[in-house]
Amino acid sequence: MTTATEPLKVKDFKSTVPPTWCPGCGDYGVLNATLKAFADIKLDINNTVLVSGIGCSSRFPYFVKTYGMHTAHGRVLPVAAGVKLARPDLRVVAFGGDGDGFSIGGGHVPHVVRKNTDLTYILMDNSIYGLTKGQTSPTSQTGMVTVTTPYGSPDNPVNPLAYCLTYGATFVAQAYSSKPKIVEDLVKQALNHKGFAFVNIISPCPTFNKINTFDFYKDMIEDIPADHDTSNLQAALAIALRAKQGKVPVGLLYKVEQPTLLDRLGEIRKKAKASPDYDINVIIDDYRP
Amino acid sequence: MAQGNDLIIRIGGEGGEGVISSGDMIAQAAARSGLEVLTFKTFPAEIRGGYAMYQTRFSHETILSEGSGFDVVCCFNQEALDMNRKSLRQGNALIYDFPGGDIAEEQNIPGVHCYPVPMTKIAKEDLATPRSKNMVALGAIAELYSISMTSLKETVQEKFGKKGTEVVEVNYKALDAGAQHVRQNIKKADPFKMDPGTPKQDVIIISGNEAVGLGALLAGVRFFSAYPITPATEVAIFLARHLPKFGGNLVQAEDEIASLANVIGASYGGVKSMTSTSGPGLSLMQELIGMASMMEVPVVICDVQRGGPSTGLPTKHEQSDLFLAAHGCHGDASKVVLSPEGVEDCVYLTVEAFNIAERYQLPVLLLSDGSLGFRTSSMKKPDPKNIRVENRKTVSGNGEGFERYALTESGVSPMAIPGTPGCAYISTGLEHAPSSAPRYTAENHTAMLDKRFGKLKDLEDYFGATEADHQDGAQLGVIAWGSTIGTLREAVKIARAEGAKVAALYPKLVWPLPVKALNAFGAKYKKILVPEINKQGQLARLIQGETELRPISYTIYGGLPFTPRQIADKIKEVLK
Repeated sequence: MTTATEPLKVKDFKSTVPPTWCPGCGDYGVLNATLKAFADIKLDINNTVLVSGIGCSSRFPYFVKTYGMHTAHGRVLPVAAGVKLARPDLRVVAFGGDGDGFSIGGGHVPHVVRKNTDLTYILMDNSIYGLTKGQTSPTSQTGMVTVTTPYGSPDNPVNPLAYCLTYGATFVAQAYSSKPKIVEDLVKQALNHKGFAFVNIISPCPTFNKINTFDFYKDMIEDIPADHDTSNLQAALAIALRAKQGKVPVGLLYKVEQPTLLDRLGEIRKKAKASPDYDINVIIDDYRP
Repeated sequence: MAQGNDLIIRIGGEGGEGVISSGDMIAQAAARSGLEVLTFKTFPAEIRGGYAMYQTRFSHETILSEGSGFDVVCCFNQEALDMNRKSLRQGNALIYDFPGGDIAEEQNIPGVHCYPVPMTKIAKEDLATPRSKNMVALGAIAELYSISMTSLKETVQEKFGKKGTEVVEVNYKALDAGAQHVRQNIKKADPFKMDPGTPKQDVIIISGNEAVGLGALLAGVRFFSAYPITPATEVAIFLARHLPKFGGNLVQAEDEIASLANVIGASYGGVKSMTSTSGPGLSLMQELIGMASMMEVPVVICDVQRGGPSTGLPTKHEQSDLFLAAHGCHGDASKVVLSPEGVEDCVYLTVEAFNIAERYQLPVLLLSDGSLGFRTSSMKKPDPKNIRVENRKTVSGNGEGFERYALTESGVSPMAIPGTPGCAYISTGLEHAPSSAPRYTAENHTAMLDKRFGKLKDLEDYFGATEADHQDGAQLGVIAWGSTIGTLREAVKIARAEGAKVAALYPKLVWPLPVKALNAFGAKYKKILVPEINKQGQLARLIQGETELRPISYTIYGGLPFTPRQIADKIKEVLK
């Protein structure tokens, strides 16, 4: 490790495990930019847990030197929440893909969001199931032809940004893996946010998604206007819904300060007059007839 | 039933009529006056309407089970009378709401002592508090069977004191009116009564579900997550009140998958963690139980079994999750299943569940059941100083050479708790090398499965001897699990008193089976009988598969526990 005076670098966070992603995968850009963000905030590797689900992007924790959990498909958020609620002193960051987060794990998102659980959630969205070699995902566009949808997908995509905003997320941002500076900046802001912070990162899959390629996004990516009021939910929703016009807004959509789940659990402990030396005999005696 | 020393009183009525609350009060009052009590309730899955029943057994000695039938039944309405008429035996007493209530006709049942008490009429007309009908009935019962009125009033004060003296007075008046009616109008002809007990200082009265929560606190639980489900919710309700006092966190998760996910994350963080559920929730948890087993994360899951499959019989009794607990989830997953016999076990086996989870780093399931979860029973007050608590092996230091899944002699590898410098590792559901890096080679998968199962090789000895009740010259040995154990204990007493020679084995560790104890027991007795409440004979089949025993399976599956009489009769039948 470097000494405190030297700035930390990406290599200080990289594990010895080389990424398993295909050449050209958008996730490389996300990894590199995220590690830069880690270096910038001087992340403490011994007190950080990266949690992921299942999928290409969920291999993320292996490539980083911190503690981590590579869990079950779709369960990244409740596992990460458990770590954080039991160990508020740890920094807990959740990683995953669009299938993991919005299909099999989609039922957890509203609850982690509405509780303002103290987590950072970085989602790499490639609109395809890569690890199973190319099936339609919850963010794939209607009509997409894949091996399981040879006549075109009958399903409409979810809008991850609008989804989180409407459930009450306190931090919602979108980035694009080809714009590493923006990824780094938004991940850093998310890491510094108190409460649930969601960063959706468009991260194309060059192997299995021949539609949503880097070329495809070239004219769709648009910066969120500098004068956007990030505390205005209606304005943030309007930006999220730019997807309907075929646009992919990049930047911070929404950020507000609200009590987090840990804050509220702290209030509960206060009401219960919590004490590490609480005498269990008081409870036992309460059950005397 | 022995008069003056063992009495079973049943109260039946419509859900919402105060059957359960009056039953709770009579049990509390009796325990307060120094009697042992054990309750049994059934109620509909709906909040209002339908038949509800609350039965309390009183004794001066330790009570082993719900008993066989009842001595006294108190019927609040016609439905309750209809439901219980066929169970009435020669010499029983029937107290019923008449005249002026739901029951239209005066009862005259041959051989049964019938006591009409106009509960509705007294509550409505004399007292002008129609809702106090159940208290009128309680007053009558107390007067008839010498349940201490003082204790009953103290219980009322404790329960309603917060609502003000007026509410307390209304209830006192109703109790007195019921008692007075009996004194003035009823000539007691049955022999039942409870001799007063001596109030004890070292007793608590607690439900099975609350006892699980108490056990968890004694073991040092500091994180709990669950999803509401009948009949397990009271575990969460108990801990929701008390866990925060110790600085712990409890959350209600969005579903049972999330609750176990929460618990696994929390335990990975180094904190003792638990969830509780019933069958449908346990079904949902299967994938993550396998993950906890693979990641070697200690977790405790309490399953309060109910009638299944699917939504099944949410409020009824069944012991049908043993296969799921032992063999559920895909792949070969090592885990441990314990099952408590009674309320006291709910405290101490929960502690043991944590100890085993921590020692062996795996999921431990505690299989309670609906009748035990809802049962309130008196038990000796636990002394926290006498509780042995085991904690997981962890590493400290700089982490040099640390391998999370190191192949050790015991099979247990010390854990690094996040925050430990230099020991960062990725816990994974993928098959992994000792270092925790994914590795799928034949040698590694074989070695790791052998490790995860091999670490349990000393479990039977660690858990402790399986209690056996031997009898010289007996040809038959009976083995029960869970709350059927208490029933079997009593059945063995009855059968022996009636001349049968029979032995019994009471395993609390039900997976992996205590094979040594079972084989030793089986070697002594020619025939083995396994009574249990499920269709397939789940324990009998596990025993058949794992041991040299070839048990006769005896199953009932009607949503109710066995009575001691049923098992005693079966014992005699098998011995014929």
